[in-house]
This record gives sequence, C-alpha cells and structure tokens, in this order.
Amino acid sequence: MLPTIAHLLTGAADMIAAFLFMYGLKRMSSPVSAPSGIRVAGCGMLVAVAASFLNVFTVDAAAKPHLWVNLGLAIVALVLGASAAWFKGRSVAMTEMPQMVAIYNGLGGGAAGAIAAVELFGHKTHGAGQLVITLLGGLIGAVSMSGSVIAWAKLDEVLKKPLRFSGQRMLNAVVFVAALVVGGYIVYVVQSGASPVLPIASVLWIFFGLTLLIGILMTLPIGGADMPVVISIYNAATGLAVGFDGYVIQEPALMIAGMVVGAAGTLLTLLMAKAMNRSVSNVLFSNFGDVSRQKRSKMTGEEKPVEASDAGIAMRYAKSVIIIPGYGLAVAQAQEKLYEFVKLLQSAGVNVKFAIHPVAGRMPGQMDVLLAEAGVPYDLIHQLDEINDDFATTDVALVIGANDVVNPAARTDKSSPIYGMPILNADKAKKCYVVKRGQGKGYSGIENELFYEDNTYMVYGDAQAVLVEMIEAVRGLGAAAA
Amino acid sequence: MHFDMAITGFVALYIFMLAAFGGWVIIGNVPAILHTPLMSGSNFVHGIVVIGGITALLNASTPTEQVIGFFAVLLGAGNAAGGYAVTDRMLAMFQASHQPVHVLHVKHPAKKS
Repeated sequence: MLPTIAHLLTGAADMIAAFLFMYGLKRMSSPVSAPSGIRVAGCGMLVAVAASFLNVFTVDAAAKPHLWVNLGLAIVALVLGASAAWFKGRSVAMTEMPQMVAIYNGLGGGAAGAIAAVELFGHKTHGAGQLVITLLGGLIGAVSMSGSVIAWAKLDEVLKKPLRFSGQRMLNAVVFVAALVVGGYIVYVVQSGASPVLPIASVLWIFFGLTLLIGILMTLPIGGADMPVVISIYNAATGLAVGFDGYVIQEPALMIAGMVVGAAGTLLTLLMAKAMNRSVSNVLFSNFGDVSRQKRSKMTGEEKPVEASDAGIAMRYAKSVIIIPGYGLAVAQAQEKLYEFVKLLQSAGVNVKFAIHPVAGRMPGQMDVLLAEAGVPYDLIHQLDEINDDFATTDVALVIGANDVVNPAARTDKSSPIYGMPILNADKAKKCYVVKRGQGKGYSGIENELFYEDNTYMVYGDAQAVLVEMIEAVRGLGAAAA
Repeated sequence: MHFDMAITGFVALYIFMLAAFGGWVIIGNVPAILHTPLMSGSNFVHGIVVIGGITALLNASTPTEQVIGFFAVLLGAGNAAGGYAVTDRMLAMFQASHQPVHVLHVKHPAKKS
C-alpha cells in the first residue's frame, strides 16, 4: 500500500514540477513578469525535491539494507551542495555571471553523468535501448561537465590563452572515436553476456575518463570571446543528458525539463552564432582569432583625440544620444557613473537611449543585466534590431568599452574576420565619440575602421575617469548658467 | 490500482518531441534583454537532475554507487540552488522608468524567497 501511495505522490509532484517549470519559463517573456517566473519554477523544484524523498518507500530490494545510510548521504549532499552554491550565487559579482553559469552548468552535467554512472555500475539498465541511452546520457553529461569547467577557467582567466597545437583535431577525433568504441564494447559485452577483457567496472571507468577528456580537449582551443556560445551549447547538452537520465530512471519531470532546456539552449546557441555571423561548427572547430592577428588592413585617416570634458559638453547640447556600452565599461566598473551622466543629460532634455549588441559582454544579455544593476530602467535599453535605424537621425553615438560590434568593416571589408556580422551603426550618427583606454585593438584583435572616420572622435582614458570628467564638465555648465 | 508508469519506446519519444517543441516556442518569446537570466534560469531548470540523483542514491547498493550517487546529489543540488540564486538576483534588478531608484537594491521580504 505504502509504495503505491508513494508512487502516486511522486508522480503527481513530478507533474506539478514539470508544469511549474514550463509556466515559469513562459513568464520570462517580459521583464515585468520574469521575477515571478523564476519563483514559480523554484516552487516546482521544491515540490519535486521534497517528493523525491518518498522514494524511500519504493527502493529496490538490493538497496533496502543501505536505506538509512543512503538517506543520510542524500540529505548531507543536498544540504552541502545547495548551501554552498546558494551563498556563492548570492554574493557573486554580476560581471562574473558567465563564469557562474558555466560552473553551475558543469555541476548539472556532472550530476547527469553521475546518475548514468550509478545506473551503469549497478547494472540497472534493461535492454540494449536503455543501455545505449544511459551511455549517451553519461557521455553528454561528462563532456558538459569537463567542458564547462574549462569554459569557467577561461572566463575566470585562470586559463588565459587558447591551447592549440598541431594534430589537435586529429587527437580530439581519436579520443571521441575511442569513447564511442568503448561505449559500443560495453553494449556488446552486456547484451551478449561475453566476458570482457577487463572487469566491466574498469571498462566503465575508461569510458567516463575518455568522455571527460573529450570535454576538456574540445574546449581548450576555443578563444575566450567565443565562450558565450560554448556555455550555451553545454547548457543545451546538460539539458539533453538530464532528459536521457530521466528516461533511464523513468522520471518524466527530468525528461521534460531536460528537453525544454535542451531546446532552449539550442535556440540561444543559434541566435548567438547568428549575431556573430558564424556557424556553430565554425565556433567549435575553426580556431577563430588566428587569421585576424596576421593581417593588418591599411587605415586611411587618423584617430582624432578629444578631451572628455569637451565630449561631455557636446552631448549636453545634443538632442539625442545613443550609448553603446561594451564589456570594457564593466571592466572599468563605470556603469553607475555612466547612468549618473545619463541622468544629467536627461535632466537637460537630451533623449538618451542605450543600444546593446547581442554579443556585448561575455554572454548574451550580460550588458543588459549590468546596466540594470546600475539602475538603468529597461525601457531605455534597446536591442540591435530595434534601434539600428535610429542612428542616422541621432546627433551623437557614444561608444564606451565596445569595439568589434561597431566596426564598419563588418559591412564592407570582405577580408575582415568579422565580415557579415551585424553591427550597431554608430558610424551613421552625426557624430561619434569613442571612449577607449588607449590606442590599440579590441578583444578579438581586429582594427576598427570606425575610429578613423571623419566624424569620430576618440576620448582616451579609463571609462570611469572619463565619465567623471564628463559629469563635472556638464555640472560646471549648469552652475555657470545659474 | 496501478500508478507506476513505464515510459518506453515511442511514448518516450513523444514526450521528448513535445517538450523540445514547447521549450523552443516558450524560449523563442523571451526578449534579448533577458537572455542572461534566461540562460541561468534554464540552467536552474536542469537542476531538476538532483531528484534523479536522490532516486539513484536511495537505490544504491554498493559503495561505488553510493559514492557516485552522493556526488550526483551534491552537484545537482549545487546546480539547482545556485541557478536559482543568481537568476532571482538578476531579475530583481530589472526595473521600469517610472519606479523610484531607491527600491532597486532593497531585498525581498524573507517570506517570499
């Protein structure tokens, strides 16, 4: 009787959780309803986790003697893992969000891989189909875990340079094929009952070792600028692995949640690749960044420096200003100063808007979060498609800490590595100010034609210091007038 | 009555297909401004893997299974809790123009979180 009730309750809880996840994500379609969306999904999680402990009434006969130990372990693991991640998540700086997402994703991938491992080591799969799905879940989960850890290391600048060597692709292919062969061998041995050359547990360890290695090798050669796409891919991969695990352990909530995330991650990956005008396979396999360093296209004209105070005053007397923030703004931690300057301009009657490129920051949408953190209302923030036509009728475009996303070479120069990438049309504004630390190239190492345009003026200096000067100059005007 | 579910073959494929399609449609409506919270939010959603970890660990019968199961729960719990924490924090920052600035960094009442 008890097992039946437990089954009924966990089944119902899983269904509620699956519904709340979908509904919560649905509410993410607007900044107004999004905060409640994540809370709805959070309730789903609590319900599902609480109900999963009802499984104590339905455990396998073999696990019965260990039940109390297992229950204790589960509670300890749950409390430890959740509290550590919770406190880290509550305190981490917004600029470090990409790393955090990478590492949480790695945790999920690891969990998915570990579940597959428990099923495999315990010989709990039934039939070839389930065995193959379990191995796939293990493979994808493990790749996602080790790959996410490398992505984290790159974003956190623990690993500074992409690691590339000759024969790398060959090696990756060999390791990948080896993992598939070992996986196939496991299926063969388990299904045919043949005695393996090594104990089956050792073969499984080799399998998981190889899969972890795939994630590491795949991610090492990819440059830091491409990490957003990589995290998104691993996010989708973890979702897929979770979905497969859900099938193996017959938990429909995992199947649904996993597949939803798999689809979401795939969609985001494609959107991002499109924003960079590159295919996903190009990101993963092309060693991007090599080409650009070799060639230096000749630039006509010269960079015209201008004082920060002059630029600030010019914007004060403009009718409209569009600000294009890039990651350099966050590096200088100047978002709040920028918003202070914007408020000053607004109170002087200037129409100020923010234009965000889809790949601004280290992950899609990160710039939006950083501006929101500084207090910028979301209705001032516009995406590329919405705002790009407005530049032609705008007095001033202010580029702060952004570089490649405003490079007109993407429109004109067929030999440029970023040719074809959609860019923000800062050059179409009547005047363009570029705040930049100094002369030199951006994150991807490509020369920027915008800096040499006739109507572009360069303000050299740290973004924070430049904005302070601009604010003082504009305030000074107000004081003089009064 | 029998409430145990056996999801096999095509039933599993139907679930996968419909869930993937639902996910695609729902996520397709999320504006670019929310893409970071969306990513961490979907990251949180696959934290549901923790209940798989709990199920697997409760059914463990050898030390190897117990150790791996322990890590499954540990990692899954980290995924879920961390994903929720950062997503909730980020979403609370998005405010419209008409709201006064000083509410931006006010913490949510304890009963809600």
